[in-house]
Amino acid sequence: MTIKVNLTFPPAKVTFPLMTQLVRNFGLEVNILHADVHLNKTGKLIVELTGEKENIDKALQYIEEQGITYHVFNGTLTWEEENCVHCGACTSVCPSRALTIDAPDYILAYDKEKCLICGLCVKACPMRILHVAQREPEA
Amino acid sequence: MPLKTIDEINEKISEGKAVVVTAEEMIDIVRDNGPKKAAKMVDVVTTGTFSPMCSSGAFINFGHSTPGIRMTRVWLNDVMAYAGIAAVDAYIGATELSESQGMAYGGAHVIQEFIEGKDIRLRAESYGTDCYPRKSITTTINKNNVNQAFMFNPRNCYQNYPAATNSTDKTIYTYMGTLLPQFGNVTYCTSGQLSPLLNDPEYRTIGIGTRVFFGGTQGYVAFQGTQHDPEQERMPNGTPVNLAGTLALIGDMKNMSVKYIRAAIYEKYGVTLFVGVGIPIPVLDEDMAIKTGVADKDIYTTIVDKSGQTSFSQRVSYQELRSGYVTIHGRKVPTAPLSSMKKAREIANELKTWIQKGEFLLAKPAELLPRHQQRLNRLEIRGD
Repeated sequence: MTIKVNLTFPPAKVTFPLMTQLVRNFGLEVNILHADVHLNKTGKLIVELTGEKENIDKALQYIEEQGITYHVFNGTLTWEEENCVHCGACTSVCPSRALTIDAPDYILAYDKEKCLICGLCVKACPMRILHVAQREPEA
Repeated sequence: MPLKTIDEINEKISEGKAVVVTAEEMIDIVRDNGPKKAAKMVDVVTTGTFSPMCSSGAFINFGHSTPGIRMTRVWLNDVMAYAGIAAVDAYIGATELSESQGMAYGGAHVIQEFIEGKDIRLRAESYGTDCYPRKSITTTINKNNVNQAFMFNPRNCYQNYPAATNSTDKTIYTYMGTLLPQFGNVTYCTSGQLSPLLNDPEYRTIGIGTRVFFGGTQGYVAFQGTQHDPEQERMPNGTPVNLAGTLALIGDMKNMSVKYIRAAIYEKYGVTLFVGVGIPIPVLDEDMAIKTGVADKDIYTTIVDKSGQTSFSQRVSYQELRSGYVTIHGRKVPTAPLSSMKKAREIANELKTWIQKGEFLLAKPAELLPRHQQRLNRLEIRGD
């Protein structure tokens, strides 16, 4: 299975090599999607973790034990396309460039594969036409 | 002597012979033919913008009830409208917030629903007078049962607008959208090469009485807008590099369309109104061909720190902003527009069609906008 996780590192933990541990100890494949890490400041990583469910569960427990908080993105983003004015405000906060508005047409494009379901765009949209619907957790 | 006059262009429009192009099409025409030939080829250049414009609102006359009321306080769908004018007139401002829903609903939403033809709940209070004895009223209004309803926007179509960023460690929520920490993003808000006042930067053709595309119908420039500041620093091509000219616009709200007027909410900032405006620019001579041929690479604005914590300021072209990234302190920072280029193009094209069909004639302004005046005053803290 693959999950997308938001990790928040306290300032004292930003130098901790968490990704290496996840690969070595839990056999996970790690894909860093977004990173905002500075020395002695709270750091943020958004990562995609792929592996056996059992190993992912163990890894999440390990992450928590290290004092690093995590949030698993779990939902689907819906977009009322017919009500969109294509202003571009949502693209200004999208960390993974799932939402883009580029030349030549400047029409909003949404790439579901890149979307982290982080929900930042929901509040940034002045028309209030983006919504995150929560999915049932996988059994 | 101009090459042609507005009257001559109108004659051509009436005969269906006028050559009308959008400001984006004009860029290529001027580049390929030179301005002298372009001025002979093209009669009118259409512009467009669809942006949040807070300084917007509408006057509505509700009609008199029996017995009558001299309304002193008015609410439309729980949004307060200004009633300190005659008995049943009120002004609903776009940014006024709902007294029951807060930032989730405001004057802009009332305006949008009015244009959609929906019923709006009107509640009014009064102290009662001998001639207007009623002290309160609750009813519904819509665009078919009120008298006049005209939008009068004190400041629209800012000629240029500074782009925004955030130097602090925290996300800030502004009228320029959500600005991420440590120069995490840059937002900008004009249609650049398609923007009305950037295509007539010295106000040679736009003035009081200019007929414009306004929210899907024909409206007019009523006056210079509030905070009109023509003495702003300019590039050699005449375009300002920061806030400069503005327009006060007026038009019949009953004929507007929600395709071009939309309510909006900026997170933790408030409610505003997206307004669609298009202005036709007559190509009177070679100079106007040069002016309307302006492209994003020749138009600059200033990136500022919206947190107010630093005096950071960086000049940047719209071509750079539109590329998706700018470089700040040696780092690539993503950029995003807040003004819809897609809608701006729709407006410029719709206005072009109106003129080509002879449905829209150019109006000769009664007065041009002031090009020279004192810079803006600051509000000083006076007294205790």
